[in-house]
Amino acid sequence: MPDDFLVRAALAGLGLTLATGPLGAFVVWRRMAFFGDATAHAAILGVALALATDLPFYLGTLAVVLAMGLGVSALTGRGRAADTVLGVLAHSALAFGLIAVSFLPGVRTDLSAYLFGDVLAVTLTDVVWVWAGALAVLALLLWRWQALLTATVDEALAQASGIDPRREGLLLTLALALVVAVAVKIVGALLIAALLIIPAAAARGPARSPEAMAALAVLAGAFSVLGGLWLSLRLDTPAGPSIVAAAAAIFALSLIPRRSG
Amino acid sequence: MTLIAARGLTVRHGGQTVLAGVDFAIAKGEIVTVVGPNGSGKSTLLKALIGLEKAAEGQVTRAPGLRIGYVPQRLHLDPRLPMTVRRFLSLPARASDADAAAALTRVGVPGLEARAMSALSGGQFQRVLLARALLARPEILILDEPTQGLDQPGVAAFYRLIEEVRGETGVAVLMVSHDLHVVMSATDRVVCLNGHVCCEGTPRVVSAAPEYRALFGLGTGGALALYRHVHDHDHDHQHDGPAHDHARDHGHAHAHGGDHAHSHHHEGTNA
Repeated sequence: MPDDFLVRAALAGLGLTLATGPLGAFVVWRRMAFFGDATAHAAILGVALALATDLPFYLGTLAVVLAMGLGVSALTGRGRAADTVLGVLAHSALAFGLIAVSFLPGVRTDLSAYLFGDVLAVTLTDVVWVWAGALAVLALLLWRWQALLTATVDEALAQASGIDPRREGLLLTLALALVVAVAVKIVGALLIAALLIIPAAAARGPARSPEAMAALAVLAGAFSVLGGLWLSLRLDTPAGPSIVAAAAAIFALSLIPRRSG
Repeated sequence: MTLIAARGLTVRHGGQTVLAGVDFAIAKGEIVTVVGPNGSGKSTLLKALIGLEKAAEGQVTRAPGLRIGYVPQRLHLDPRLPMTVRRFLSLPARASDADAAAALTRVGVPGLEARAMSALSGGQFQRVLLARALLARPEILILDEPTQGLDQPGVAAFYRLIEEVRGETGVAVLMVSHDLHVVMSATDRVVCLNGHVCCEGTPRVVSAAPEYRALFGLGTGGALALYRHVHDHDHDHQHDGPAHDHARDHGHAHAHGGDHAHSHHHEGTNA
C-alpha cells in the first residue's frame, strides 16, 4: 500500500493531465508554446500576490495569470511576430515575481516549490482544486471543441461559419490560465509549458485525428506523471522535473516507430 | 434579394488604408468576380464581407441567418494537426457519412474520406475545400483565389465545377481571381478593385474599360506583371493627394456611362 502523500501526488498529477492533454494539443497546433511559457511565468507573480494579500492561493494566482494571458493576447494577436513581446513579458513577469516573493517573510525557503513544483507536498485541498480546475477546462474544451478546432484550422473559415475566432482564442487563454494556476504546485511555473507541449508532441506520431491526438496526449501525460513520481521516489529527485523528464522519454520513444517504418 | 452589401466600406491595417469607400452588393444567384493586382485589397474585401475584418468606416450588412460557404485562398494546416478528409468535412458542423460521400462525389473526388489532408494533391485539396463549403448548404459561396497553384486544365475544370454547382443549386458565387480570361467567361459581373472600385460591370464592359486596361493590359502574363508594377508605383502617389480622388471620379464617370449592366449594379448597391 503506497503512502498517502504518494496517492495524493498521483491523483493531482493524473487530474491535471486530463486538462493538459487536449489543451496541450491546441497549444501545439496554434504554436502557443511561448505564450504558454509567458503566462506560466506570470504565475510566480500571482503566487506573491496571493501570499501578500491573504487571497486564496489559487484565486490570486489565477487572477494574475489571466491578466497576463489577456494582456499578451491583446498585444500580440494570434502569436504572429510576437516572439520579442512574449520574451520581454515572460521573463519580466518571472523577475518581478521573484523579487516580490523575496519581500515576503518566510516564503523564500518555499520558492523552489513554486518554481519546480512540490507534488509530494500537495494536500487533499490541493487535489480537489486541481480536479475542479482540470475538469472545468476539459468541459470548456469539449463544449467548444468543434468551434475551437475550426478556428484553429482557419480564422476566415470559422468566421464564415458564424464562429468568432477571437472569442475562441480568448477561451483558450482562459483555459490556459486555469491550468497554469492549478499546476503551479505540481510541476512549478518553469515547467508547466513542458507538460502541455511534450505529451501532445509525443501523441502526434500515432494519431490520425485531432481527437485521437488529444486523447493520446492525456495518456502520455498520465504515464509521465506516474513515471516521474516513481523516478522521484527511487532516486530522490525533484518531482516536477522528474515528471517532465519522463514525458521527454515518452516523446523520444514516440519517434522510434516512425523512423523504422 | 441582396445577400451581402457594403456601403462606403473603408478598412485600415494599422495606419494604412487597404480599402477606401467601397460600395458592393451581391444578389441571390449571382456570380461576381473581384479582380485586381496584388495588394489591391481583394482578400481584405472578402474578409470584411464575412465579418473578419472590421470596417473603419462604412458598414457591411448580411442577410439575417445567411449561410456562407467559404473557400480560403490557402489553408495552412499545421503539420502537427492530424486531419483526415472525413474529419475536415465535419468542421464545424458534423456531416453524416452519406452527406460527406455525396459532397466528395459532387466535386469529383469520391472516396477520399480516409486520406490525410496533407497527402492530397493541390487540385484534390481545393475540391475538398469546396466540398466542405457545400455541406453547409450555402446561399452564397465565397472563394478567395480558389485555383491558386492549379495547372491550366485544373483551373478550367474547377471553374466549370463552380458553374455546374451554381446551375444545380442556384447558389450565389463571389470569388476573387487572377485567372482573368477564364473568369471572364463564367461570371455575371466583374468588380475591378485597386484599394477602391476602379470599374464594375459585365465582363465585356469591364474588359473594355480604360481603368481595367490600365491595371491589366491586354497582353500576356509577362506584360501583365509589368503593368501591375508600374501601376502600383503610380497608385502610391495618387493615394496621398487629390489625384487619388480624380482617379475615383473617373471610374465612376465611366460607370455611369456604361451600358445596362451598370444600372444593374446600381440597383444592387442601393437595395
